[in-house]
Amino acid sequence: MSKMPIYLDYSATTPVDPRVAAKMIPYLVEQFGNPASRSHAYGWDAEAAVEEARGEVALLIGADAKEIIWTSGATESDNLAIKGAAQFYKGKGKHIVTVKTEHKAVLDTVRELERQGFEATYLDPEADGLVDLEKFKAALRPDTILASVMYVNNEIGVIQDIPALGDICRGRGIVFHVDAAQATGKVAIDTSKLKVDLMSVCAHKTYGPKGIGALYVRRKPRVRLEAQMHGGGHERGLRSGTLPTHQIVGMGEAFRLARLEMGAENERIRTLRDRLLAGFQEMEEVYVNGNMEQRVPHNLNISFNFVEGESLIMAIKEIAVSSGSACTSASLEPSYVLRALGRNDELAHSSIRFTLGRFTTEADIDFTVALLKRKIAKLRDLSPLWEMYKDGVDLNTVQWAAH
Amino acid sequence: MFEPVYLDHNATTPVDPRVLEAMLPFLQNRFGNASSRHEYGRTARRAVDQARQQVAAAVGAHPTEIVFVSSGSEANNLFLRGATAMLKPSQIAVSAVEHPCVMKTAEDIARRGPGWNLAKLAVDREGRVAPGTLAAALTQPTGLVSVMLANNETGVLQEIAPLAEMARAKRAWFHTDAVQALGKIPVDYRGLGVHAMTVSAHKVNGPKGAAALIFDKRVELNPQISGGSHERGLRAGTENVPAIVGFGAACELAVSGMAAQAVRLAQMRDAIDTGVGALGATVFGNGAMRLPNTTFFAFPGIDGETLVGKLDRAGFAVASGAACSSGTTDPSPALLAMGCSPELARGAVRVSLGRGNTPAEIEAFMAALARVVDELKHLTAMAV
Repeated sequence: MSKMPIYLDYSATTPVDPRVAAKMIPYLVEQFGNPASRSHAYGWDAEAAVEEARGEVALLIGADAKEIIWTSGATESDNLAIKGAAQFYKGKGKHIVTVKTEHKAVLDTVRELERQGFEATYLDPEADGLVDLEKFKAALRPDTILASVMYVNNEIGVIQDIPALGDICRGRGIVFHVDAAQATGKVAIDTSKLKVDLMSVCAHKTYGPKGIGALYVRRKPRVRLEAQMHGGGHERGLRSGTLPTHQIVGMGEAFRLARLEMGAENERIRTLRDRLLAGFQEMEEVYVNGNMEQRVPHNLNISFNFVEGESLIMAIKEIAVSSGSACTSASLEPSYVLRALGRNDELAHSSIRFTLGRFTTEADIDFTVALLKRKIAKLRDLSPLWEMYKDGVDLNTVQWAAH
Repeated sequence: MFEPVYLDHNATTPVDPRVLEAMLPFLQNRFGNASSRHEYGRTARRAVDQARQQVAAAVGAHPTEIVFVSSGSEANNLFLRGATAMLKPSQIAVSAVEHPCVMKTAEDIARRGPGWNLAKLAVDREGRVAPGTLAAALTQPTGLVSVMLANNETGVLQEIAPLAEMARAKRAWFHTDAVQALGKIPVDYRGLGVHAMTVSAHKVNGPKGAAALIFDKRVELNPQISGGSHERGLRAGTENVPAIVGFGAACELAVSGMAAQAVRLAQMRDAIDTGVGALGATVFGNGAMRLPNTTFFAFPGIDGETLVGKLDRAGFAVASGAACSSGTTDPSPALLAMGCSPELARGAVRVSLGRGNTPAEIEAFMAALARVVDELKHLTAMAV
């Protein structure tokens, strides 16, 4: 059986840390009670585990445990936050502001609200992926009730200026939602200082299990939501449904480890990512997508000019990476995030997202650099455009014959 | 460690060790995102596809009729909200004994409207919806009907097939919550003639966190969780591969050997019914067909919460009414709908058996129950 590829796709999902898995498993077979069972020790034991985990999630983001609502993941949290707030506050206005580079979980939810009669503005980011604060301010209207801007972009890893954006929204009484799915464990988040009203987080990007997330809902000042799922009244009526104890325990432990280890871990990963970039920069015509300074240390999204994207992905099977976000990689459309940065189709198609993580080694990096150099050289040898470029032809001036 | 005997299987069940074994690789090195194009992703995708086949086979549906969601509550919300969003507002009819995730959702749909009204289908003293009751409701234009296959508290079974047929004749969608039925009685999606059905993993010795809505592709559903084309655009979100794998394995195990289990469970349950009857309890719904593992009973003058607390201290984990609402002290709406007095309903205790229970445990339980009931009767007598 052939070896599995080197995993460099940590933004798509992360392996469950063995320490997290070990903590989870007892809650499947032995400590299996329904946390809502008030009448026996199986239930109380499960409830205690849930509350301990809730505390850990709160600690990582500077929140109070009472501000944490369990959901099935960041996608659900985004839906609950955006629909829930829009529906509750629609008496005050019907305008929503977001950014073209948001995850589909935000964009599709906002589009659904437009179908229900809301209006939306989708801001363009700057060429480096960051939202311009003046343009953001200019988009806000008297009838704007909600803004949603992600903390860290899943494709290019850039970090938005959430403190400043929060200040702007708070000053105008606009509910501010932040999708922080890619931020936990990578950026220090302190909701006690940020003017953020709603924040989506999930476990599987931070070495926890899939299928569990949370929504931070601010209590001071109080933010209200219309529940999207009704039933047994769980999570103070905001989100009904049996709580999956083992998954919650996993998320709590993952977030606890992140809190304790992220400082040192991020520095180790930054060194590896910079080594990867330095290796690639020994080639010509490579372009980093997105601002390098305002960026998480794990992400390197990079375009290799004069290389056809699909051929490149096929040529580097020994590493597991992504071209475009995992959630949309079934289609062959160029990444909408890179298009929003102003990348042309060719550069967008020839981009690869490398995302490093807890288990990435220096050997992995060196192997990857050597692999890419070898394959790109080969593919460029076969490329007539590369030949023209090497001959000094300015491709923008070429008149291409139509077929 | 002193472990109570677990008699609350309708609240949740332990994961079968064989299910855990199937799940573990996906909590270890097979961790890929099922939407990723590389080998990690493809491994995950294959596992999800296989689980879908297993669930479909267990319920008599086609894999393309299965949508994976995170819980039974979510599946019920998805169908009720999703279907009504695509229909011209009219009437939504649900039985008076539905689980809160159907009842409260239906109430919310009617409250938010505009134009939707809710009809609660009355039940008889045994907790059954009579065909005539549905017929009367269907004289009003009705978009959607939901009647659960088996009640979580009483275990009472509804005769779904004739009810579904009546709804079809009036062009209404018919949904049934089969969460408590799967693995205890035969569940045949096609045979029931329903348009939609809900099942959940953690009631059949699978993990919490995975469930399915099975539904007819002719039903237009507005997705409730948007953001990506997962589950054919019906339910966005990174697939919870380990839980889905566990769900598939659990369904396969639940259905094989079910008949023998049902006989075994019914024997133990019937022994409890006889025993509590001899002690003066009323057993709710025992004139109807019930799940083989469930009995819901009350002793006149004895508070259910108190009884359950004493049974816990005696080493037996049971429930007073559904787990989902055990935070409240309101009498069970299902019992009230069956014509039970609030006083008697406050005494209700549910015992729900599972694969791990043995006749010896049941004997010990009955002895403890008799002792506790006797104690409490004396206390009540003294209080007079």
